Amino acid sequence: MDRNQLIFFEEARDLLTELEETTLAIEHDPENMDLIGRIFRAIHTLKGSSSMFGCDVIAHFAHDVENAFDCVRQGKMTVTPALITLTLASRDHIALLFQDLLKEKQPSEKVIGQGDEILTELRKLLPVAKAEQTAAHAAPEAGAPARQAQQKKMVYRIRWRPPQNIYLTGSNPQYLIDELKEMGACEVILHSDGLPPADELNPDFCYFRWDLLLTTEKDERAIRDVFIFVEDDSELRIELLGDADYCDQETRQEIIDVLTSMEDAPIEHLKAIIAPHSVRMQSSAMPIIQQQHSSVQQQPSAQQQQQGAAQQDHKEKDKGIQSIKVPSERLDKLVDLVGELVIVQARLSQAASSSVDPAFRSIAEQVEALVWELRDNAMSIRMLPIGTTFGKFNRLVRDLSAELGKEIQLVTEGEETELDKTVIERLGDPLVHMIRNCIDHGIETPAERLAGGKPRAGMIRLSAVHAGSFVHISITDDGRGLDTEAIFNKAVSQGLIGPDAQLSNQELYALIFRPGFSTNTVVTNVSGRGVGMDVVRRSIDDLGGQIEVTSKLNKGTTILLKIPLTMAIVEGLLVQVGRDYYILPLSIVKECVELPSMEERRGNGGELINVRGDIVPYIRLHDYFGSTDPVLEHEYVVIVEFDKTSLGFAVDVVCGQHQTVIKGLGAMYSDVKGVSGATILGDGTVALIVDVPAIVTEIQHEVQQPGKPALAYN
Amino acid sequence: MPKVILSVDDSRSIRQMVSFTLTQAGYQVLEAVDGKDALTKLAGAGVDMVITDLNMPNMNGIELIREVRKQTKFKFIPIIMLTTESQDATKQEGKAAGATGWIVKPFNATQLVDVVKKVLR
Repeated sequence: MDRNQLIFFEEARDLLTELEETTLAIEHDPENMDLIGRIFRAIHTLKGSSSMFGCDVIAHFAHDVENAFDCVRQGKMTVTPALITLTLASRDHIALLFQDLLKEKQPSEKVIGQGDEILTELRKLLPVAKAEQTAAHAAPEAGAPARQAQQKKMVYRIRWRPPQNIYLTGSNPQYLIDELKEMGACEVILHSDGLPPADELNPDFCYFRWDLLLTTEKDERAIRDVFIFVEDDSELRIELLGDADYCDQETRQEIIDVLTSMEDAPIEHLKAIIAPHSVRMQSSAMPIIQQQHSSVQQQPSAQQQQQGAAQQDHKEKDKGIQSIKVPSERLDKLVDLVGELVIVQARLSQAASSSVDPAFRSIAEQVEALVWELRDNAMSIRMLPIGTTFGKFNRLVRDLSAELGKEIQLVTEGEETELDKTVIERLGDPLVHMIRNCIDHGIETPAERLAGGKPRAGMIRLSAVHAGSFVHISITDDGRGLDTEAIFNKAVSQGLIGPDAQLSNQELYALIFRPGFSTNTVVTNVSGRGVGMDVVRRSIDDLGGQIEVTSKLNKGTTILLKIPLTMAIVEGLLVQVGRDYYILPLSIVKECVELPSMEERRGNGGELINVRGDIVPYIRLHDYFGSTDPVLEHEYVVIVEFDKTSLGFAVDVVCGQHQTVIKGLGAMYSDVKGVSGATILGDGTVALIVDVPAIVTEIQHEVQQPGKPALAYN
Repeated sequence: MPKVILSVDDSRSIRQMVSFTLTQAGYQVLEAVDGKDALTKLAGAGVDMVITDLNMPNMNGIELIREVRKQTKFKFIPIIMLTTESQDATKQEGKAAGATGWIVKPFNATQLVDVVKKVLR
């Protein structure tokens, strides 16, 4: 597959997305001419490009869809739900065809059959006249059709009066005459009888007409093709005078004389000149006379004028393209390199801070400022608006709600909110899961809704908003809400909690994210299998994000996702344990407190600390990571809040804030617990990044074993 | 100095194809994504010819042709429009607006170069 085709496939994907989005949008606004125009353009471009790049199957298919929207555009047809459904079906069909083409195989009979079905349905919607026209659409007309060679040389008389404004349409009669000359011996006779009086003369106009005597092997159609762009507006007559063999130099001169002297030499007259010679066979090669009337040269110097204009400001640089497409690997590489640079810069700053050379320190400071700026820029390049992900949910909601017999409207807000590319990519699936859940569990059927005094159609609101270094994405529905009682009963029956457990709503909501947990009694093909929410939870954890659930029975549910803007570089809190360094993600750090040296120890092997009246459990990182270094007399506890749980980490020294460039640990250490990555400090030391979510989950799991007290929530 | 051709199309693949073909044929090619973009680019560089699609967002090909012809320095510039067989009415409109000629999609590299040679010297 060549490069052009690959670009085409990439572009086709964008066009299909555009087609889908606009089609869905038009459902709510069927008379929006702007949207209709966009739909038409998307299909039109798809069709045009497909035929350009050899995807004739797609071009053929798209033709009818294009036709339908052409009718809509011209007001001959209205947008109906049937048309929308068929357009979406067509879009999917085209996507299917592309998949096959990408694999470089022919679409199967079945796929073609499906396509034909769609087209048959679509044609039924078209106005009658148009449908007939569609059924047998004309063979493509080419700009320069193949020229058929004709063996025998023939003599033609061509009479041509170009439109007066020929120069103003960018054509030049001389070019066309030159083209004729390339076809064979050509005599040019110019007639200036059309010239107006000098005071009425417009120098931009062409007042001449020509008689041309052409001897060529090409046929009349080929000659006509020379005039293809001007034929409609010209007076053009191409007449065959006779066989070139019977037209020697003398005869030719005779004809030229007639053409020059007579303004409108009748064709019979000219034929008569050749005819008597037809008995005389001419076997020698035809001498060629290149005669050209001098006044042809006096045409307005359009060409020179044009060149003058062209050169006029060629010094001015081309303004350049507003945006460019770059393979994402290159961006990843860039961010990688910036990460390395940030690390080296940290070393430089550290070296500078211990230097007495003021010049060196000033350079280090400048480098630092530049590196931060570079980092921010590199990060912003990878930012994409989240709307790209939102777009596909319209389709999901439409299809699923139709399947389940529900009426649901999806409202999206904050599409322009930007997030790192990788984050957006990894958010797609969790969002799909959650929206599926909303549609299946959340929103009731129209009948149930009406009975509950709610509007018939349910609503799902998807919104994104910036909050510091986080983006808050919320999915709100106005459905039945989470039934805490059902969750409780289910959890008891699954043995997750004891029947006498006292749980807050938040704790109950947290249960829905446990693997295998579903309160839906019936498994539909949409959801209810109990896989999903735990996957959602895992994905969001991996992104370093958090989930919050709020719900009110019969009013609806809101799931709030707090997602960090980027995953490559995070703000961290650097702490020291023995001789080792660790990083805690700053975003979840609540506070740091001093650990009283004689703190009473109790609990399940962990310890508890009293923070202004709240009892917070803490973990000694010394113990957790099995450090053999001596514990310092004064310890600190870093309190983090994760998943509504407060947890402390006892450390020796809190070093301070640190720009953390996250490095993977590699496949060897991928299953090491409690550590999510590593970073390199200014002096080259490696610091491990503590995987707080994993530790919290691990602890919660441990303490929920029977007989052990639950971890304190606050 | 090679002749400069401005290729105007909202389809990146078509621009790419036009650009590649004409560059191979010894022309210099500028690209614009729609009529508006094309006008900006025409203002800056010494363009000798325009090849434009007709259906484009922001400013379509017909409007672009009208706008270009209005400018004195482009009074005689060759403008070729890219059309499809179903667009005969649009083609007429384009001609009325001042287009020099047209190429019907699908076209191949040879056809494109032939048309350019026909109208640009």
